[in-house]
Amino acid sequence: MRIIAQHITKSYGTIKALDDVSFLVDHGELFGVIGPDGAGKTTLFRILTTLLVPDKGDAWMNGMHTVKDYKAIRKILGYMPGKFSLYQDLSVEENLKFFASIFGKKFDKDFALIKDIYAQLAPFKTRLAGHLSGGMKQKLALCCALIHTPEILVLDEPTTGVDALSRSEFWDMITGLKNEGITTIVSTPYMDETARCERVALVQDGHILQIDTPARIIESFQRKLFSVKTNNLYKALTDLKAFDSAHAVYPFGQTIHFVPKDEGLEKNKIQEYLVEAGHENPEVEPDRPDIEDCFMELMRNE
Amino acid sequence: MNNQQKHIIISARDMVKRFGHFTANDHLNFEVYKGEIFGFLGANGAGKTTAIRILCGLSKPTSGEIKVAGLDVYRNANEIKKNIGYMSQKFSLYENLTVWENIRFFAGIYGMRLKDINAKGRQMMERLEIEHLRNKLIASLPTGWRQKLAFSIAIFHEPQIVFLDEPTSGVDPVTRKQFWEMIYETAQNGMTVFVTTHYMDEAEYCDRVTIMTEGKIIALDTPQQLKKQYNANSMDEVFRKLARNIE
Repeated sequence: MRIIAQHITKSYGTIKALDDVSFLVDHGELFGVIGPDGAGKTTLFRILTTLLVPDKGDAWMNGMHTVKDYKAIRKILGYMPGKFSLYQDLSVEENLKFFASIFGKKFDKDFALIKDIYAQLAPFKTRLAGHLSGGMKQKLALCCALIHTPEILVLDEPTTGVDALSRSEFWDMITGLKNEGITTIVSTPYMDETARCERVALVQDGHILQIDTPARIIESFQRKLFSVKTNNLYKALTDLKAFDSAHAVYPFGQTIHFVPKDEGLEKNKIQEYLVEAGHENPEVEPDRPDIEDCFMELMRNE
Repeated sequence: MNNQQKHIIISARDMVKRFGHFTANDHLNFEVYKGEIFGFLGANGAGKTTAIRILCGLSKPTSGEIKVAGLDVYRNANEIKKNIGYMSQKFSLYENLTVWENIRFFAGIYGMRLKDINAKGRQMMERLEIEHLRNKLIASLPTGWRQKLAFSIAIFHEPQIVFLDEPTSGVDPVTRKQFWEMIYETAQNGMTVFVTTHYMDEAEYCDRVTIMTEGKIIALDTPQQLKKQYNANSMDEVFRKLARNIE
């Protein structure tokens, strides 16, 4: 195991940021920590990167203890904090040279780990880091985190606020690193990015709700689910919420996900109810849950 | 939105904004209808924020003919501000003020009288079921409550248009869904909602969507039409196809 976290608890005053968090990450694994702002993602990552001491519990990175062996751990970590932390008044190339020199290395653009990523940055190598677009800044930060050949990569919300295309490109890069044998732990508030990880921990209010592969999380959704379409979505939403068979009703783009209380409820019952409420030809079809359905069901059971 | 008489509430003709040699908005043309949920999407640096600042009367365009709520952005910028509401995830409420102090402060900025603020503020807190939180600091509220309150305050003075700049960034899925329900309700009541987001699934909630890249609008239509036109299953796919084509 490359990352071991056991019963980690951390409070700030009266606020419990992490409450008894335990998990394992295997060698070469791409592990996601998925949850909204305030779930405790950054606190967890600061403990794993030796920047914060937990109140209770222990963590090991590559067999080294995060409190006792913090100096040794820092040599094998690549860390990208949530806030952009490169030197804005240095150029792309100067930042890379600087971070390489801190670790006693020379910056080499052909170095295998960063070659493909640097190729995208190369046209801007003389530009100041502060003048890069959001997506490019994140690519540079990733390059800087990889420059000393880390064994474990810790990425705290690398795609937050980044547009959908740049986000997708960034995930392609992280996935590519797997072939280099790097263990990666990455956090994100975007639920749809769950699918890009091998295993994920869903977190909320300092707790882990579930840890599993994305496929098994979807499979573990115990209830029936229907997609509903009508020409008046807002009215359908209000009507379905008032339906006494409703367990959960949520808007999902141009459809509504309807989860009945009772397993046995057939789709024509829902259709009949909607027609009675004044909807013309409502479409109701059984559907698979989305990762958000799973997350919301887990939140409900907390 | 009803397809009856489409009443134009925002119109932009050849809207241009230059900063030195850089063209942030390059001849934008679009109309937004009353009661519509209008999605404004684009890559980072595409020029969305520049456009919103102009529409909110905070920045003067270089050229073009732009009207917001029937008012000219060159001459009536201050009037425009009274007719719009604004909310973003980054900045919405003052954390070190209480719920009530925030309501009073923002309503006061929009020129509402204290008597009206008192009456309406009470109603609003009743509707949101947060009367017991009246004297609590915003910092002490859970994200879900903050989000709903921020939105309610942004529309407290009953503006014609509300601008939402990445309103749901980083919030949990339940709050995000509830937030969109509030948006639906607001649009249903005739207010126009102008919204930016990085969540492509949220683009599917909009009546119509524009996609911007490099200062230009490259697509403007309903989500259904855009998916059909670009042979895509989701708005995420539409976005990635369009943004990639440009490069």
